[in-house]
Amino acid sequence: MCLAVPGKILSVEGDDPLLRCGRVDFNGAVKQVNLAYVPEAKVGDYVLVHVGFAINTIDEEEANKVFQYLREMGDLAELEDGEGE
Amino acid sequence: MKFIDEYRGRKAAERFARAIRKITTRPWTIMEICGGQTHAIVRFGVDTMLPPEITLVHGPGCPVCVTPVELIEKALEIASTPGVVFCSFGDMLRVPGLSRDLLSVKARGGDVRIVYSPLDALRIARENPERLVVFFAVGFETTAPANAMAVFQACQQGLSNFSMLVSHVLVPPAMEAILSSSDNLVRGFLAAGHVCAVMGYTEYEPIARKYGVPIVVTGFEPLDIFQGIYMTIRQLEEGRAEVENQYTRAVGRDGNRSAQRLIREVFEVVPRKWRGVGEIPASGLGLKTKYSAFDAETRFGVADRVVEEPSVCISGSVLRGIKKPHDCPAFGAACTPEHPLGATMVSSEGACAAYYRYRKFRTQESSTIPSGV
Amino acid sequence: MNSEKSPEFCCPVPIDGYDRIMMAHGGGGRLMHRLIEGLFLPLFNSPYLSARHDGAILEFGARKLAFTTDSYVVHPLFFPGGDIGTLAVNGTINDLAMCGARPLYLSAGFILEEGFPIETLRTVVESMSRTARENEVQLVTGDTKVVDRGKGDGIYVNTAGIGIVEANRPVSPAGVRPSDVVLLSGDIGRHGMAIISVREGLAFENPIESDCAAVASLVLSLIQAGIEIHCLRDLTRGGLASALVEIAEATQVEVAIQETAIPVCNNVRGACEILGFDPIYVANEGRFIAFVPPRDAERALSLMRSHPLGAGAVEIGAVNKGTAGIVTMKSSIGASRIVDMLSGEQLPRIC
Repeated sequence: MCLAVPGKILSVEGDDPLLRCGRVDFNGAVKQVNLAYVPEAKVGDYVLVHVGFAINTIDEEEANKVFQYLREMGDLAELEDGEGE
Repeated sequence: MKFIDEYRGRKAAERFARAIRKITTRPWTIMEICGGQTHAIVRFGVDTMLPPEITLVHGPGCPVCVTPVELIEKALEIASTPGVVFCSFGDMLRVPGLSRDLLSVKARGGDVRIVYSPLDALRIARENPERLVVFFAVGFETTAPANAMAVFQACQQGLSNFSMLVSHVLVPPAMEAILSSSDNLVRGFLAAGHVCAVMGYTEYEPIARKYGVPIVVTGFEPLDIFQGIYMTIRQLEEGRAEVENQYTRAVGRDGNRSAQRLIREVFEVVPRKWRGVGEIPASGLGLKTKYSAFDAETRFGVADRVVEEPSVCISGSVLRGIKKPHDCPAFGAACTPEHPLGATMVSSEGACAAYYRYRKFRTQESSTIPSGV
Repeated sequence: MNSEKSPEFCCPVPIDGYDRIMMAHGGGGRLMHRLIEGLFLPLFNSPYLSARHDGAILEFGARKLAFTTDSYVVHPLFFPGGDIGTLAVNGTINDLAMCGARPLYLSAGFILEEGFPIETLRTVVESMSRTARENEVQLVTGDTKVVDRGKGDGIYVNTAGIGIVEANRPVSPAGVRPSDVVLLSGDIGRHGMAIISVREGLAFENPIESDCAAVASLVLSLIQAGIEIHCLRDLTRGGLASALVEIAEATQVEVAIQETAIPVCNNVRGACEILGFDPIYVANEGRFIAFVPPRDAERALSLMRSHPLGAGAVEIGAVNKGTAGIVTMKSSIGASRIVDMLSGEQLPRIC
């Protein structure tokens, strides 16, 4: 139920909040996407798109946390290995 | 592609796999409830990198799989009606009803069209005012905002030739049904990240507490799934049962308010039958009376059709994680993607189809790590 | 709550094999292959067909001719990068090239629906004529039929082709050997995404162009350079995956490929992600795979890259002595999976 793909907003149009839509770029494939559910999203933002609708914006800072987590896990593992010796 | 490729790297995957192996001290059964996650796990081979103690089971996370036979039959009846343009998401076309599917209706001359978005069906209705256009609104909560918007706009624009056949299902009741079943083996869940992007994850907190299971909101790329599994196992090993969020880049605790508002405007919670599982109370969405003019069941007079669910193929047990695809004697023999006997083989996200496509034979590599397969 | 049914191993009334042709039978996947293997091959019962190659090699004394046929029913008739005419001529040229032959002569049969605009027919035929000229093949014979309105989809084209084999050893699945290197002539997925993107609702702003092209001159340059080509297969419907699986099954070898080595251009990748398509199953019309011995791989690659149609050529894998008849692919995270053909057409998914 969950094929939603990140795309970058290139332009926004429409005054009616429910009809607000934008051109969203998916790696060079550009499609019209309804932006009614991401009223705060602006040009340059990345949104998650499912069946032609942006269902949320993507938080870049949070996106990096997976790698931060990985790094911290790595440090912890080294620490534990060191203790085990 | 940004926000995709970074989460498919080999080194990071191996690090996560190592970390999971390190913290796992006993057998655990975890379920992921999302066809998209099943697909990613099997496509990238995530489960082949997990320690043997972890059993990953694939839940009823594919709206295509769980759409009851009764609804497929209604769809077939409507699609076969002369003059109707029947629009659907691609995957629904191959789901078997009692004896045929939407593709066969198309083969016999029905105007059945694949659309990417419900708004495309709306456009078809606008451009063809003399035709009755029906959209097959299948999906979990992720798709509800889109389907709600289609009805809302149809109402605003007075598109009286448009209607929707609704088959929405909700995740939390399905989880409860699985957890409360006497033969439940599942000890932890990866919650569907995109469902939570819309709905948030507060609904899972009482479930985690009541049943004592950790629930981790998880994304769809391999690294997301590894991290989700890591977080779940860590909770299990530490004896915790909380809701955590792995997919923080796309999910907030309260979800998407404006989407939820429109869902509440157009839909109401109703009981729904799940193929292979039975009826689960308060587990689906149906159109509110205010929008009943756009309800295809009423429009085409099929609301009272009752179709007996045929004796279950083990799709039901597979969907609940009790059986694996290979446990079914028909798997790969009488039941294959070309001749699917049940829903889990039909949908490309269904557990059986995923297993069939990616695991038909055992390779040297995957057979040395027997986990989760 | 849901009723507790003990699992019974009897299954719901199944769709017990199709008694009618489905769209999927034309999709280049499992269903089509079952139809060929189960119906056509046994009835036609010919050793030439059993070779399961793109064309038949016919011997006339010292010379060998390659002979092939194909039909074109694509919709839309016109798509970014080509039309049914260019598709027909290039497709048949490519099938001949896959036999190691220089394409020489084509036939063209047309089935036209009553009411089909003559101007449109003219455009299609002009395309065919131009494409044939550009590739130094001649259209030498043809046929035209008209069917009642409603009994045909505008226009169907069938082409047959004859070429003279120039490879000095047989180029066919039977020639594949363990340790052969698998080369891919360029990025994949363009044609299928070009077609699907002009269909209703699946359109993108900047159209993806089909890769429809004749690869004969590229193949001939490899033959002329003395590359020992064991097998060639052009990628059509069913994509890279189907071509690999067909060869693995026909020759009973294991083919192991690396997902990260497979080139997909950016906008094709984006379009595939949105619709939930795996690029390895998407149709192509101007790409092929080549099986060559390791000692010829580097030279072959360099020759391909110096040709305009092979600029993106890469090595994607090799033939192993492993499990017979399967294709394995190492994913980007390093785990292996089996690649099988799809049962029918890939359908856009929401899940």
